[in-house]
Amino acid sequence: MTLFTEFGRYLLMIKGMFSRPENGRMYWKELMHQCSEIGIGSLGIVVIISVFMGAVSTLQTSYQLVSNLIPRSTIAQIVRDTVILEFAPTLVCIVLAGVVGSKIASELGNMRVSEQIDALEIMGINTKAYLVMPKIIAALIMIPLLVVISAALGIWGGRLAGVMAGVIAPNIYDKGLVQDFKPYNVFFALVKGYTFAYIISSISAYYGYFVKGGALEIGRSSTRAVVVSCVAILFADYILAALLLDTE
Amino acid sequence: MIEVKNIRKGFGDKIVIDDVSAVMEAGKCNLIIGASGSGKTVFMKCIVGLFKPDSGEILYNGRNYIEMTNEERKEIRQQIGMLFQGSALFDSQTVEENIMFPLNMFTKDPYHKKLKRVNEVLERVNLKDVNKKFPAELSGGMKKRVGIARAIVLNPKYLFCDEPNSGLDPQTSLVIDKLIKEITTEFNITTLVNTHDMNSVMEIGDHIIYMYQGRKEWEGNNKEIIFSKNERLNEFIFASEFLKDAKDMRMLEHTGKINGDRNIS
Repeated sequence: MTLFTEFGRYLLMIKGMFSRPENGRMYWKELMHQCSEIGIGSLGIVVIISVFMGAVSTLQTSYQLVSNLIPRSTIAQIVRDTVILEFAPTLVCIVLAGVVGSKIASELGNMRVSEQIDALEIMGINTKAYLVMPKIIAALIMIPLLVVISAALGIWGGRLAGVMAGVIAPNIYDKGLVQDFKPYNVFFALVKGYTFAYIISSISAYYGYFVKGGALEIGRSSTRAVVVSCVAILFADYILAALLLDTE
Repeated sequence: MIEVKNIRKGFGDKIVIDDVSAVMEAGKCNLIIGASGSGKTVFMKCIVGLFKPDSGEILYNGRNYIEMTNEERKEIRQQIGMLFQGSALFDSQTVEENIMFPLNMFTKDPYHKKLKRVNEVLERVNLKDVNKKFPAELSGGMKKRVGIARAIVLNPKYLFCDEPNSGLDPQTSLVIDKLIKEITTEFNITTLVNTHDMNSVMEIGDHIIYMYQGRKEWEGNNKEIIFSKNERLNEFIFASEFLKDAKDMRMLEHTGKINGDRNIS
């Protein structure tokens, strides 16, 4: 299948999601279930990654700042900006592409192979609307939230590591955090979070929804969903940086 | 009643269904039989709308299903119950939740009323104390019965069963066949069954369509099939010596003579 055919089928899947729900309450229930699966289900790994990424950033920045002319509070500024601009949205979303993306693809793939999707279609349910849409909306709600949590934990992890290793005093770190802070960076991180959430959920849903074959194909489509999502995230990361950041 | 007129369906260059017409009457078990790859499942999937035929008409009580709008098609689909080969139960839901799913989706009944209906259909398929079990905890026969219960919970007008006896022992197969037959006559449902199982053919075949390489090769009922002279059908149905003997015995019983020069041991 050519790239254009696949892209066309992906667009048709997205278009097919928009129809009147058969029963709004059931759709709401499914949305809440997906919010819990995507948000609560990924919280643990996000917490661990965020704390360690902030901690390592602090130690490595400190290691590279050898000149006495540069104030120690710069460490906090660098950690804050790298975490908000890149680590929290991009690194966490790359990990979520693996955690959430493979889960979405394998869940839908299994439903397809075991004829559960056909069973829903026979009942007169729009399966794209009932199965795919809640996953995309849940990802759009929960992943930006996880990005915000990740940024906060990353900065806190940096402070903790800096203090524990004795490379920066807590009051200096706190002072550095508020120096030259640009709220626009948070907006940029959220734009990334929403974009990557859509990429992860829709691409994974596409690969899961159209699986053909058996267990082997479910595994293959999950892997493909993760790989394509990661590449799309990196590509979108560059485009967003080029479009939204004033680099001159 | 479902009427199929001259439907054709192909995938790429391969024609899978070639100009098949048939009438499936209400209150009867309509069986589609044929070897693997003869187009039975594609035929059934065309009728329920999972595949769109390349040409031909599918009429549900005189209304052309293919030309319907999405809303009209949804309305018909809510009158369809289907039992899948692998049962297609939702893994993450209990038996009760599986059967209640169509009720939750399409009715506004209170929970106690829905639960009552779930228990009624579970009783109808002879299952007890399984409400809180998950599909993984059930045997193959029980899964099929839960599948039937889910298919009939909304009182459908049409029931489709794809290989209802696959993977089941002969005794359980008979139970499932009997159940399908009883439900069909009790609720005057138009039932269509895809099967390989010769017991089903003989027990519940009110109307049988034999398919061979995508074409309708023979049509009749479970009484006529014994006396059919169609060689392909006879080769398919009475494949083993045991079944050939059984056929001859049945013929002897009815006509006093046996086809050909076979010896019955």
